[in-house]
Order: sequence, then C-alpha cells, then structure tokens
Amino acid sequence: MGDEKRMVKTLLKELKEYKLVSVLTPLCMIGEVAAEMIIPKLMGKIVDNGIYGGNMIYIFKVGLMMLVIALFGLAAGIGGAYYGSKASTGLAKNLRKAMFDNIQTFSFSNIDKFSTSGLVTRLTTDVTNIQNAYMMILRMAMRAPATVVFAMIMSFIISPRLASIYLVAVIILAFFMVIIMSKATVYFKEVFEKYDSLNESVQENVSAIRVVKAYVREDYENDKFKKAAGNIYNMFVRAEMNIIKMGPMMTATVYACILLISWVGAHMIVGGSLSTGDLMGLLAYCMNILMSMMFLAIIFVMLTMAQASGNRIAEVIEEKTDITNKEKAINRVVDGSIVFDHVIFAYNKDSEEPVLKDINLEIHSGETIGIIGGTGSAKSSLVNLISRLYDVTGGAVTVGGVDVRDYDLETLRDQVSVVLQKNVLFSGTILENLRWGDKNATKEDCIRVCKIACADEFIEKMPDGYDTVIEQGGTNVSGGQRQRLCIARALLKKPKILILDDSTSAVDTATDAKIRKAFAEEIPGTTKLIIAQRIASVQDCDRIIVMDDGQVSGFGTHEELLESNTIYREVYESQTGASADADFDKQA
Amino acid sequence: MAEQVKEIKVGPGGGNKRGMPAPKIKNPGALLVRILGYVFKYYPAHMIIVLVCIILTVFSSIQGTFFTKSLIDTYIQPMLDSGSNDFRPLLMAIARVAVFYAVGAFAAYAQSKVMVYINQGTLKRLREELFVHMESLPIKYFDTHAHGDIMSIYTNDIDTLRQMISQSIPQLINSTITIVSVFVSMCILSVPLTFVTLVMVVVMMICSALATQASGKNFVDQQKNLGALNGYIEEMMTGQKVVKVFNHEAENIEKFDELNEALCNSAFKANAYSGSLGPINAQLGNTSYVICAMIGGAIALSDNIAVGFTVGALASFLTFNRNFSMPINQVSMQFNSIIMALAGADRIFKLLDAEPEKDDGYVLLVNCEEKNGEIVEADHHTGHWAWKHYHKATNTTTYQKMEGDVTFNGVDFGYTDDKMVLHDIVLHATPGQKIAFVGSTGAGKTTITNLINRFYDIQDGKIRYDNININKIKKADLRRSLGIVLQDTHLFTGTVADNIRFGKLNATDEEVIAAAKLANAHSFIKRLPEGYDTMLTGDGANLSQGQRQLLAIARAAIADPPVLILDEATSSIDTRTEKIVQDGMDKLMKGRTTFVIAHRLSTVRNSDCIIVLEQGRIVEQGTHDELIAKKQRYYQLYTGMKPETA
Repeated sequence: MGDEKRMVKTLLKELKEYKLVSVLTPLCMIGEVAAEMIIPKLMGKIVDNGIYGGNMIYIFKVGLMMLVIALFGLAAGIGGAYYGSKASTGLAKNLRKAMFDNIQTFSFSNIDKFSTSGLVTRLTTDVTNIQNAYMMILRMAMRAPATVVFAMIMSFIISPRLASIYLVAVIILAFFMVIIMSKATVYFKEVFEKYDSLNESVQENVSAIRVVKAYVREDYENDKFKKAAGNIYNMFVRAEMNIIKMGPMMTATVYACILLISWVGAHMIVGGSLSTGDLMGLLAYCMNILMSMMFLAIIFVMLTMAQASGNRIAEVIEEKTDITNKEKAINRVVDGSIVFDHVIFAYNKDSEEPVLKDINLEIHSGETIGIIGGTGSAKSSLVNLISRLYDVTGGAVTVGGVDVRDYDLETLRDQVSVVLQKNVLFSGTILENLRWGDKNATKEDCIRVCKIACADEFIEKMPDGYDTVIEQGGTNVSGGQRQRLCIARALLKKPKILILDDSTSAVDTATDAKIRKAFAEEIPGTTKLIIAQRIASVQDCDRIIVMDDGQVSGFGTHEELLESNTIYREVYESQTGASADADFDKQA
Repeated sequence: MAEQVKEIKVGPGGGNKRGMPAPKIKNPGALLVRILGYVFKYYPAHMIIVLVCIILTVFSSIQGTFFTKSLIDTYIQPMLDSGSNDFRPLLMAIARVAVFYAVGAFAAYAQSKVMVYINQGTLKRLREELFVHMESLPIKYFDTHAHGDIMSIYTNDIDTLRQMISQSIPQLINSTITIVSVFVSMCILSVPLTFVTLVMVVVMMICSALATQASGKNFVDQQKNLGALNGYIEEMMTGQKVVKVFNHEAENIEKFDELNEALCNSAFKANAYSGSLGPINAQLGNTSYVICAMIGGAIALSDNIAVGFTVGALASFLTFNRNFSMPINQVSMQFNSIIMALAGADRIFKLLDAEPEKDDGYVLLVNCEEKNGEIVEADHHTGHWAWKHYHKATNTTTYQKMEGDVTFNGVDFGYTDDKMVLHDIVLHATPGQKIAFVGSTGAGKTTITNLINRFYDIQDGKIRYDNININKIKKADLRRSLGIVLQDTHLFTGTVADNIRFGKLNATDEEVIAAAKLANAHSFIKRLPEGYDTMLTGDGANLSQGQRQLLAIARAAIADPPVLILDEATSSIDTRTEKIVQDGMDKLMKGRTTFVIAHRLSTVRNSDCIIVLEQGRIVEQGTHDELIAKKQRYYQLYTGMKPETA
C-alpha cells in the first residue's frame, strides 16, 4: 500500500502546470451535478404546482428556471470536458517527458534493466492508460459520489422517510458491490497476465515464422495457441461471470426501490404528507443514485487496471542513473593512451563471479590494438569501460592519464568513439545519420569519413546519394553497408580513441582490409581498438589482446602470440588451416 | 529475415508512411453484417436468447413507466378524489409490476450471462482462426507487413471488437428497441408532444453530428501525432545506447518535446470535443423535457376532454421523454466506438482473407524400408526416406528413394515481378555434397535458400529435388526433408529441451541430449541454472548469441533431415566456439546434401562446390583449389587482393 502511495505521488508530481485545471475539472463536474440534481426537483414542482395546480404561468416560470439551470449545467459540463482533457492530456505529456528525459540520463546498465520494448510500452500504452484513468478520476470519480450526495440531500429534503429507503438500498448495494469487485479484480489481474503471455506467443510466431514453417510446425503451434486461447477463454468467462452479477443486482435494487417508494409514497400522498410531483422527483433521484453507484464500480475496475501502468511509469521516473558527472569534471582529453589498472567488472554488483578479472593493460596513444577471444570472454565488456558506458567494479581505467570517472561524460564520449556491436541507424537521410557524429560537419567532411569507411562507393550508387533516406532501423541498407555507415558516423567525431566492436563482421574480407588500410593512412594518431572474429582482421595490428574468460591471456604482436599463446595459435590454425593455405597466405 | 524485407523495399521511393490516419472504412454496413453473421453462425441459439432477453428487459421497463402513469391516474388520484382508503387495487398493481420487474431483472441477468459466452467464445474462435490462418500464410506476407501491425490486430483490434460485441451491439439493440417502443407509447399518449420531442431529438442529433465532426478531425490529428511520437519513441529506445555513445541526448529531448507537444494539443482538442458531447445532449434532453412540460401542461389544462390528455398521461409522457432521449444519447456515444471497432474488424478480416500459401504438391515423403530390393513404405522411423508418387491416371503408387539431389535449372526469381534478384541460376548438388554460396551481402545467397524450401516460388526455370519438380512435392514434406539453421536464430518461450524438441516433437530426453552433444551445446546447457529445464523467455534473451545458435543447430540436428541449409549459421559465433560447432556440424553434414552460406571463406573451403554469386548471378563455380587457381572473383574475396577483373 505504501508503494501505491509513492507511485501516485510520483505521478502527481508531474502535474506541474496542470494543477489548476485539475482542480477546476471536479469543480465543474460538481456544478453540472448540482444542476442535474435540481432539475428533478423542479420537474416535480412543475407537476405539482403547475400541472395538478392548473397553473400555466407557474409552469412557464419554473420551466424557464429549468432552462437557465440547464444552460448552467451545459456550461459546467463543457467546462469539465475542457479542463478534464486539458489536465489529463497535459499529465500524459508531462509523464512522457519525465520518462523520456530521465531515460536520456540512463547509463547502459539502467537501459539493460528495462528492455527496449519495456520502455516503449511504458512511454506509449501505459501513459495512455494513465491519461484515460486520470480523465476518469477528474470527471467521473467526482461526479458519481457528488451525484449520490446531492440526490440524497434532495431526497431527504423532500421526504426523510422515503429517502431512508434509498439509504438502506445504497448501503446494501455498496456492500455487495465491494465484495464482487474485489473478487473480480483478482480474477482480472490474473487474466490480463495470461493475456499478455498469449500475445507474446503471437509475437514470437510472427518473428519466427520462418522457423515454424521450415520445421512444418504450424499444427504444433496452432495446438499450443489453441490451448492457451482456451485457458484465456475460461479465465475470462470466470471473471466476467462475477462482474455481470452486478447488473441484475443493480436492476433488482432499483426496481425494489421504485416499488417500495410507490407503495409508501401512495400512502403518504393519500395521507396528505407528500405531493405527486415529489414522488416523481424521488423516483428520478432513486435512478440517479443507483446509476452513480454503478459508475463508481466501473471506475474502480478501471483504476485497478491503470494501477499496473502507473507502477511501470513510476519505476522509470524514479530510476536513478548510476553514472554521473563528478563535480569539477575534466573537460580535456590529452591523448589516446589507455591504461587498465587492476580492473574488475561485474554487470551485477551481487554476482559472484566478475566478468572481468584483474585486467592490467597499457595501450599507447596512436596504437592499433586487435582484440580477439571466444564468446563470453568479455571483449565487449572490456572496451565498454573505456568510454564509461559501464563503470568498473574495482580498479581503474584511465584515458590520457586520467581516470575516466574524472572526465566530463560528454567530453570523454566525444573523444572515445565506439561503434557498437548492435548498432542502429535512424530514420533520416544518410547525411543526417552521419552528422550524429558531428552536427556541424560539412558534406565534404562526411564524404571524407565515408571514404575511409569504404561507404562512399555504395552511397554514390544510391539514387539520391548522400540524401538517400534511411528507413527506421536501417532496413533499406544491407548489414555490411549499415556497419560501414556506423563506422563513418563514429569517425566524424574525430576521436582520440576509436573502438570497433565486431563492426565489420558483415563486411567482406576485401573491404574489411581496405578499411583497416585507410585507418592506418588517414587517422594514424588515433588509438584504434578492433574487436574481431577473423584473425585476418587483427593480425597486422600493432599489438593484439587475446581475451579468455574475462582475463587477458596474451598481449603482443601477431608473431609473438603465435609463438607463445596457445589460444591464439589454435584460432589462427582453425582459420588458416592446411599447409597449402600457408603458401597461399604468403602470396597475400 | 531482415534481408528479405530490405530486398523488397528497395525501389523508387519505397517505404511505408508511419502514423497514417486510418483509412475510411469502405463498406461499414457490409462489415457490420459480416461481424454479426460471424457471431450468429456459431451462436444462433444464444443470439436469439439475447434478443428475447433484450425485448423482455425493455418491455418490463416500459411497463414500469406505464405504472408511474397508472400509479397517479388510476390509483392515487381517484383515492384522493373519493377519499377512499382502499389500497388493495394498488397492492395488486404493484404485485403485477413486481412480476414484470422480476422477469426484466432475470432477463437482464440471462442476457449478460449468455453474452459472456457469445463474446468470449467469439473472441476465442476469432483469435484461433487468426492464428491458424496466420500460420498458413506465405512468408511473403510476413516480409511485406510490419510485425507491429500484425501484432496490433491481436491486441488492439481484437480488444475494440470485444467492446463492440459485448457492449456496443447489445446496447445498440437495446436502444433501438427502447426507442421504437417508447416512440409508440408516446404516440399513444400524445401525438403533438411526440412531434415536439422528435424535433428536439433532431436538434440533438445535429449537435452531436457537429461535435463528432469537430472531434473526428482532431482524432485523426491525434492519431497521426500519436503514430509519429510512438514511432520516434520506438526508434530512440532501440537506439538508446547509440544515443549515449554520440552524446545526442539534448537533441533527442528537443525533438521529443516537439512531438509530445503536438500530440498533447491534438489529444486535448479531440477529448474536449468528444467530452462535450455528453453534457450537450444531456442538457438538450432537459430542454426537451421543459418544452414538453410547458406544451403538455397547456394541453392538459385546456380541459378539452376530447383530447383525453390527462395530467397522469403528461407525467408518464415526461418520463417517456427522458427515456427517449437517453437511448438516443447512448447511440450517439456508441457510434464512435463502433466505427473504431469496424476499422479494427476490417483489419482482422483482411488478415483472415489474406491468401494462404498454395500447395498443389502431391508427392509425399515417407519412411521406407528395403525388402527384397523393393522400397516399401514403413510406419515407423527407419532412417530411410522415400518419395511417394500417386499417379492419378493409372491409379498406382510408386516409391522413389529420397537421396538429396538438388538441381536448379535456369532459375529466375524476384520478390516482386518487376525486379528480379536472381538470374539464370544453374547448379547441381548430388547427394551428400556440400555446396557453399559466397558473395557480398545482397548478392542473393539467402534468397536462393528461400527457394529450395519454397518460402518463395520462382518466376522462371525449374528446381528439381531427386529429379522431381519441387512444385509437385507437398510443401510440408518438402520442408520436413530440409533442415534449416537461419541467420537470425529464433527461440520460443519454453524450456531448453522444448526448444530442441521443436525439431522432433516426440524425441526422447536421450535424443535431445544426443542432439545437444552433437551441436556441442550440451556443455553450456549443463551449466545453466536448471540445465535442460531452464526456461527461455523473450526469444532466448537470457542466452548469448552463440549459445542461441548452438541451440538452433541442435534443433536442426534432432530433426535429422536429409538435406541441410545453413544460413550464415556460424557468423556470430567466435572462431573458437565456431571450431567446436564446425566439428559437430561436420558430423551433422555427413551423408547429407548441404547448402552453406557464410561470409568466412575458411568455413566453406572444404566444400565440394563453391558458388560465387554477384548481383543475383553465378559468376564462378568450382572447388576451392580450382577457384583459387583461376585467380578471379573468389580469389579476390578470399585474399582481399587483386582488383576485380570481371
């Protein structure tokens, strides 16, 4: 419960400039309700004094009054709609912004914690849910109880004896409704969880349709799905069977009230203590009260559904980034030298075995370093520490002689350019994508880096050249082309350190070699770290790091490693093979 | 997978526009009829019960309203006039109405109960039909439709449809019946007042139409802005790490604010207009009441006995007046949600109407044994396969041993008819041979493998499998004979063992472990927290790329297919692991015809035949030694040396 409170508080903090309209909305709604509640009373008056009293002038007088009140009700109602949508869409806007802004401060490990699709859902569906719920609260949640209260008051003014009939009815109804609702919400929570997993399995099938078809598993998947759909069906039926009890209970209560009021009312009229018009007014209030109770129940369900969304949003807003700038951060990187000093790193602070174990390395500025090693040997983890995408768990990484944690983050990341393994292009032209590296880059700059990355050639062949529009996710360029564009984009930063994390895996050998040659010629002063699978991609590097299970197994030139490092030799032999190829390599 | 999408989209100005406003539904009437027909087809009795229940409910509530009239006119007024104290007639009347009410309440309960079955049952059926139909669709459908759009059919569209079936339609029926019966009742009471009420209803409808129009325009805007913002969010969340690497946060926030503000504006307007609809109609209803009270009062008080309009009748009429405007309000409120549901239904039916994969094949793949030199069909796994031909003309069945001989003869193919991506492909793989495709990205390597298992059908030429045109082989049997390890590995929610078993559903635990061992996946699986019973979720997100691939290989291994297609299967496994995998793979490939696609030429060097593709054409073909000796394209790819001579 405390969590709920904190969640609501976190969300409401984002109201900001929409506080006033948030207050105005329920006020308007109360105005509308007041108008609506006065009208039945006046209607009763028309019947009593006007119609039965045979007073036409009275009818017109009260009728006119009713029209004025209706007009007031209209104004209040429209006001409620206006302010309500202003407040709810405003809150939605602020929530989205609060999340998005906070996500921008996230570190890699924050991002890892929430999945991409998780973040997208929170920013889209969850916010919409909250927007609807908030609108509901402002307009309906105020309206329904207000109606009950007003109608009660009016009824008591007309006849305390008859009004007490409602009071009893309302209490009984409320009691049963709470029981039914609390049971139903439990069911519905369960159903929606299952429902999500059903949709997940659809998603899985959509993206893995090739596998399903290749193995001719359509029937198998169909059966699986049918079973899940059957489960959902059963659960939904069970949950809804609970909810629908409310409808007839409501109707029965309303009908019982009407009959009771008619019976008692008739006695009272005959006894002279009640007028006919009053009776009609009372019947109208009876309907109003019980309808509002129904509304309250619906609101209750909606709110419990929105609760999960609220929690998910609050989680993102409350998440604190774990990488921040130090005070008096350093704004200049002297050179591209890198030192790993007894570095220990674990993705999760509680995990027993760190990913990197006591790494000690010294890389000179301007060196070209190859990194090679098996899956899970922590190659990527190693380089991610340099631009502080993650922070070390123990030891220190220094760039240009300064601990990376002492740099201003932006300065550091501008000087250490990383081409990530999982890289993406954004929708927009090629030029726009390249300029992520440097906003102010001229087209000539862009062409220059594209030439280094061997991207110029295929860009020129495209119909619109550098103005070709890249579609979302970069789907209209091939994997190799995408990698080359990403390298070009990273080069545009003119970094002191360039890191390629397996960034040429989809590029053919020849082009790969050409890119490396261009690096050597065009950016000799930049420290280059190249993670690769192919020995050929690293063997002419100044030095090569061989990673094995989170440790440095060897660090030296190609020849040295061939001599001394068994892992390296194994990999080399597996890639070059028989002696005939050795001859062939010499030719190369 | 991504590759196909790309290849299709390449073309002048290609690409779909995001957040386009939903197209107007062409034929809402026909759609509605189709939905109702769909529901009725499976629940005819239920639907009739619901209809009867609705009629009973409306009838009982009208009885109630008439009771209000008689309460005053027939019982109270005479008692007041005569001063009698005999409440017995009233008690009888109340008892009678109580019976009506009880029937009404029961009918309402029965209706909602039956409705639950109709609604959930229809949704279940619809979901299942959607899924089963989706599974039958050709790969092309998935390559040409955004996966998000397909998903939204299952989530959003089904959801709006659920609301429509369970709420909008019954309410619409209820409202219609109420409107009609109240209208008749009003006519009985007073024609002139009915006319007045009708005029007010028309005014109400005009106001609603105006407000709906205004909000509709804004809703379209809202939808557009929402699409734009969601698209942006999706893109930026996917690329969030890249954003960090490039310090692009500030620019992102700026762009986001712009889109966010635009959405907020249009959403505000749309909601404000649609929210005003309720109060406007409610107050117009009140106005209608007042006007009727005035006019009715004048008539009732005119003492014109010929009119026969009593005060009690006026009281009843005023109640009817309320009861008349309420359902009309409801109809106008439901209208929007029905239109939205229809748009969703349109998408649902579009998927259901999408052309399923055609399969005219009749040649089947069966287990076989050899008895006395003849091939005989077997009903158990024998490790030997045969093609079973049924010849219609002679009504005979012949068997032919399945060997794995694949030939391409002058094959042309394009994802669309106007743009060929493969030209005149000729190749021959004899049983047990290893054929390697090499060439730069986009050369058409993956495309070729899509043709062997008929994910796509060729435009020209012939592909023969054991000398049978693959079009004649039943697709399921053709695919069963081909094991595939795809470029992107996909795993399913379930245990590791389940995922391996995907290749052979009835595999024993021993077989699963054997397959995992063959693919060298056993050692890492053993180290997982719960070994083979470890649950995989989110496409195996808890495994590394290499581990996922090992599982995919194990999955292929357990299927034990005669022909293998390995699509860059080893490209993201590091060289050390790859060596281990290669070793397992070699075992797997033994005795099987294999097609391999890989960027790393070292892995295809020992192939029987290497096919070098360039822009959809075979430019070289031969063994490693032959091609190296030729010193042309393959040599260049392999060594990174020498300029292209072609």
